[in-house]
Amino acid sequence: MNYAGIDIGSRTIEVVVVNDYSDIICSLQADTGFDPIAEALKLFYAVEERGIKYESIMATGYGRNLFEIAYANLDPVSNSKKLNLTANCSAITEIKAHARGVAAFFPNAATILDIGGQDSKAIALNKNGRVKKFEMNDRCAAGTGKFLEIMARTLGFTIDDFGKEALLAQNDLTINSMCTVFAESEVTSLIAKGSDRREIAKGLHISVMKRAVSMINRIRAEQYSDLIVFTGGVAKNECMVKLISEKLCCDVLVPDNPQMIGALGAALIALEQQTCKTSKLYG
Amino acid sequence: MSDYTQMWRDLGLNLEAHDMLLNVLGNAYKDIYLSQKNRPEGMGYFDFVMSEVHGLRIKELIDEKAQGRKIIGSYCVFVPEEIALAANATLVGLCSGADFAIEEVEKYLPRNTCSLIKSAFGFKLGKVCPYLESADMVVGENTCDGKKKAYESLGSLITNLYVMDLPQMKSEQGKALLKGEYYRFKEAVEKLTGVKITGTSLKNAIKTVNAKRSAIHRLSELRKADPSPISGLDALLANQVFFYDNPARFTESVNKICDELEKRIQDKQGAVPAKTPRILLSGCPMAVPNWKLPWIIETSGAVIVGEESCVGERGTRNLVDESIFNLLHNAGDGVNESSIDDNQIIDKMMDAITDRYFKVDCAIFTPNQERLNHIVEMAQNYKADGVIHYSLQFCQPYIMESIPVDKVLEDKNIPTLRIETDYGMEDAGQLKTRVQAFIEQLG
Repeated sequence: MNYAGIDIGSRTIEVVVVNDYSDIICSLQADTGFDPIAEALKLFYAVEERGIKYESIMATGYGRNLFEIAYANLDPVSNSKKLNLTANCSAITEIKAHARGVAAFFPNAATILDIGGQDSKAIALNKNGRVKKFEMNDRCAAGTGKFLEIMARTLGFTIDDFGKEALLAQNDLTINSMCTVFAESEVTSLIAKGSDRREIAKGLHISVMKRAVSMINRIRAEQYSDLIVFTGGVAKNECMVKLISEKLCCDVLVPDNPQMIGALGAALIALEQQTCKTSKLYG
Repeated sequence: MSDYTQMWRDLGLNLEAHDMLLNVLGNAYKDIYLSQKNRPEGMGYFDFVMSEVHGLRIKELIDEKAQGRKIIGSYCVFVPEEIALAANATLVGLCSGADFAIEEVEKYLPRNTCSLIKSAFGFKLGKVCPYLESADMVVGENTCDGKKKAYESLGSLITNLYVMDLPQMKSEQGKALLKGEYYRFKEAVEKLTGVKITGTSLKNAIKTVNAKRSAIHRLSELRKADPSPISGLDALLANQVFFYDNPARFTESVNKICDELEKRIQDKQGAVPAKTPRILLSGCPMAVPNWKLPWIIETSGAVIVGEESCVGERGTRNLVDESIFNLLHNAGDGVNESSIDDNQIIDKMMDAITDRYFKVDCAIFTPNQERLNHIVEMAQNYKADGVIHYSLQFCQPYIMESIPVDKVLEDKNIPTLRIETDYGMEDAGQLKTRVQAFIEQLG
């Protein structure tokens, strides 16, 4: 049997399907857009089109509860051909999902930094991979992927190149404002002063790094190992990885596809819950 | 429900805005309270109270006024209800649990003021609080800097504001200040009502308020059971109605619920299934209709088993020592009845009242180790699996204290989540994620 995990984030949605042996047999991604549930269902249509079946779905990410309700109330007539409506759908937080997903690749990880579109989180794990403590930004988007995206646009970089370009800066420059709105006006005035845009980019990365590092430090005090794993879309930014690793004086590991970790963790938890149920039944 | 339009108009309420408020309140109550499962039947009384919170209860107050009683409004648990009752006045808590007329409020207060203070202004400026409008005296108190300075501005909006000073340290001098302020308050209330407080009237008032607190103590005790026989939301409501209702009727209604809960516990019947993760909520007070965080917690698969809050155990913890009444009896039974005069008896009671209120461990006190001890003690007594510390945004005393709270709980291996939020709903999604992740962590 197979088990699906879906991570509905503010910027992207990922679906991962694993089999009984925890192997990833399918992984898909789409932009969240303005109708997350419709986009999420489209991903499941795509999974079905590949002929892949799944026993249950575990939803995570900010759209998890919305998806759980929507899935339970799907119209059987219009959806039965495209979707397996018998799968059982439940939800867990992205914090638990990331902890599980990271453990699949890095069983010794003690700390996770996850920076996504609208949230950033630092998670401390026990030796057995369970969540011990976590910190999360509050309602404002400062220090998240959205902040970097807006700043990249202001400076005329694509989000994919933003980190690379920042690494080419000759000097460090300080950005004081962490608030997206104030930072944008600060950047505008730096541009007007003729500052190098790569240096501004570096300055912005440094400001996000400082926030992430202080979040990590709040939860990492007595962790048993130094191993830090960085997940979420911002983990694809080389400059951010380098800055955080330098500041903390330790390696920061990034999984091959850091945006898939939440969905993978959700799928693995779906598998484990099923195994647990089965063993109770027969054990 | 009767038509109270004329009464509200007479009080000078803005009827249109008030209708809107009642509508929002009614819907919130339906979604948050009436949707709960396995509620004790006795909660029907509180459902009724809430449906009539701006109606029948206000009519009662207006009727009391017609009979010559005075109404005193308060924003804080440091205002002693005993003194108001003893002088033939009724004490009510004033509305401060929802955002209202924010744009108007920001003409008087800086944006970075906590929701509770802003709300008090919003209800005045929006003309939507019938308690405030029917009050003959409004008591402000010097707790935090925010409130202290805000009362200076509130004084320009209401004519009958009385400001009570409060100590900031638990010293002998602090206690003397509190006693002095309670005497000053006593005189002000006597002047307002024209009724002189006597040993007997103060004794009866002490008994009435002690009975009310004892009923809440009994309710709290029953929440130690697993499964908890009552939801945290329902228990919070009882603690909130504590500030509005007629004291004797409130005591009776809470005791009736307790009878029912005792039976539920015997039958192992809970408001939630056994082994539901148990949360102790600690921090800023939650006035009606500030149910956001408890609602998020209890719809995320946990149950709140205690509130370390002024609307909760911090506010109701201790009784006024009634052993002083023996003195009164002895005096009465004695050979020489005039050996202890009424003023001396009243002074002993004022001491006992001061002693009781002086123990309230509000975060405005420094140092405030008692509060940290109480949080640990409550977490253990109520068998909480974790503590959620709630601070209102911009509430410096509680936000600052949340760090040592976190530390002391961590030392005891009690998981803690610190939340900082306001009355707005914009952060409900993020809060839900944090609360759910915390509950997963406990499981």
